[in-house]
Amino acid sequence: MSDTTTTTAERAPSVYVPSAEALATVLAPGARPPRPSALGASLTFGWRAMLKIKHVPEQLFDVTAFPIIMVLMFTYLFGGALAGSPREYLQFFLPGIMVTSVVMITMYTGIGLNTDIEKGIFDRFRTLPVWRPAALVGMIFGDVLRYILAAVVILGLGLVLGFRPEGGVVGVATGIGLLVIFSFAFSWVWTFFGLILRSEKSVMGVSMMVLFPLTFLSNVFVEPSTMPGWLQAFVKVNPVTQLVAAIRGAMSGDSDPSATMWLLLWSAGFVLVFGTLTMYRYNRR
Amino acid sequence: MSRRTTGLAIEAEGLTRSFGDTRALAGIDLQVPAGTVYGLLGPNGAGKTTAVRVLATLLRPDGGSARVFGHDVVTEADKVRSRVSLTGQYASVDEDLTGTENLVLLARLLGLRKPAARERAAALLAAFGLTDASDRQVKKYSGGMRRRIDIAASILNTPDLLFLDEPTTGLDPRSRNQVWEIVRAVVSHGTTVLLTTQYLDEADQLAGRIAVVDHGRVIAEGTPGELKSSIGSGTVHLRLRDPAQRPEAERVLREALDVPVQLAADPVALTARVGEAGTDLDASAQAARALSDLARAGIVVDNFSLGQPSLDEVFLALTDHPAVPTDERDDELEAAR
Repeated sequence: MSDTTTTTAERAPSVYVPSAEALATVLAPGARPPRPSALGASLTFGWRAMLKIKHVPEQLFDVTAFPIIMVLMFTYLFGGALAGSPREYLQFFLPGIMVTSVVMITMYTGIGLNTDIEKGIFDRFRTLPVWRPAALVGMIFGDVLRYILAAVVILGLGLVLGFRPEGGVVGVATGIGLLVIFSFAFSWVWTFFGLILRSEKSVMGVSMMVLFPLTFLSNVFVEPSTMPGWLQAFVKVNPVTQLVAAIRGAMSGDSDPSATMWLLLWSAGFVLVFGTLTMYRYNRR
Repeated sequence: MSRRTTGLAIEAEGLTRSFGDTRALAGIDLQVPAGTVYGLLGPNGAGKTTAVRVLATLLRPDGGSARVFGHDVVTEADKVRSRVSLTGQYASVDEDLTGTENLVLLARLLGLRKPAARERAAALLAAFGLTDASDRQVKKYSGGMRRRIDIAASILNTPDLLFLDEPTTGLDPRSRNQVWEIVRAVVSHGTTVLLTTQYLDEADQLAGRIAVVDHGRVIAEGTPGELKSSIGSGTVHLRLRDPAQRPEAERVLREALDVPVQLAADPVALTARVGEAGTDLDASAQAARALSDLARAGIVVDNFSLGQPSLDEVFLALTDHPAVPTDERDDELEAAR
């Protein structure tokens, strides 16, 4: 019984009184540790993204439920009409819908960055003496994990529904790898918009305007040969088309080196152009 | 090893910065001696936050120059960053993370290895009375706890210069006192503190020197004593029972205090500054004399008070216009995009 009383007494909320001695121990200047490496700092920011997932697991809804709905909806909506049966269609469609879903969730990078800036936490990060892009790179590292999770969820569902990739484990892994490379690169588009746009809503608006045409006007849903010429021209230069072709190739065991090369060039281009623009804005604010 | 620094912590000359049509800084000059608390006093929208953001390397000035411990804030931003730390007006820790996670994250970014970072975080949480809350998400903290974790995060690396942007705005009196105690402890260990505030008494309590900022300019600078004596150290407020006696009361007060008397919009109220430089008596003696003169003249006073000049009165005295608040950060966010 007496134990209970003691515990209660100890837990009673006490008023904080700053004590000079306690503060003195933490204010004594220690030796400054060496500045962390670029990779070390980026990984630490990636760890922050992991912690946020731990505390706000709802955010994984976007990368699990959304792709599942996309796969089920389009497989059964178009399958019969376009390929005779949903199962037949899935062999063609699964890599495409995987790309569509993952590329669509890259926009959350921009939204997350915009929220961080609005809240003020980025001011703290920007006054730290660390490699400048680390906060953004770390953030995208965290997002890459979400991309992998989404891709795996879609693959799992596809396998259950009857998707049988002939490229085997290696082919499928290569396909997902290519998707992650492209999505990492493409995320820099959104860090840029996250920095220049006023609110979360406008980031979302711009993302939709870019992502819908980019994913739908491609080879994701149907063969481009059925489209009018002017549309085929756009579809042909669309990086999503190259990405889907490369992944379809890898997963079916019949790799497409030209599409793969284009996809890697596009990825390098996105990092170069939008990474530079992002860092310019990040430093100039 | 002591990092106590002598000389100037901050030297700024003619800093300007505009956001669209808003001129946030219109040529600020500052000289902040190292090892002291320096107060930037002014209403919302005066340019205090913009000045701090420029000095903390978050914002580039349009014109002018600033050096922190001799390093230029634009061309040597990285050197400045390694010696300063900022507690902004808005969230400067991640609200989704716990107290411990926030501090460990920042300690690791400052280069500590994981065990050392954990140790440092625990020591800081203990010193700031947050040990019990260490595993709680910061968004569940009270206002006072929030400010403490913000400040704890800023002294992880015991910076040479700490910027505190309105550290007590919105806090209850007890939390406010706690922050003041912390600021005193920080500066007694050799860290220079640049503090912005809207409250004269806060600047008075903490700062060795104060710059009064208005419309992006420093309009007065000095020790709290110098500033107060330049505008009078106190203000008497009177309310009469009979409005008809006000002209008489005004005359008596003017003679007793030898200062101009302001008539408020309220027909029974009068205000006068006391304790101006050049008078022999201190504010309370002057006020007492005024009160007895009024009684002798047969004027009935219902309410009498003597207080420190408010920021509004300081402004009125220095600029002939009252402190008009605008939201600076909104302007900045609008214009920066």
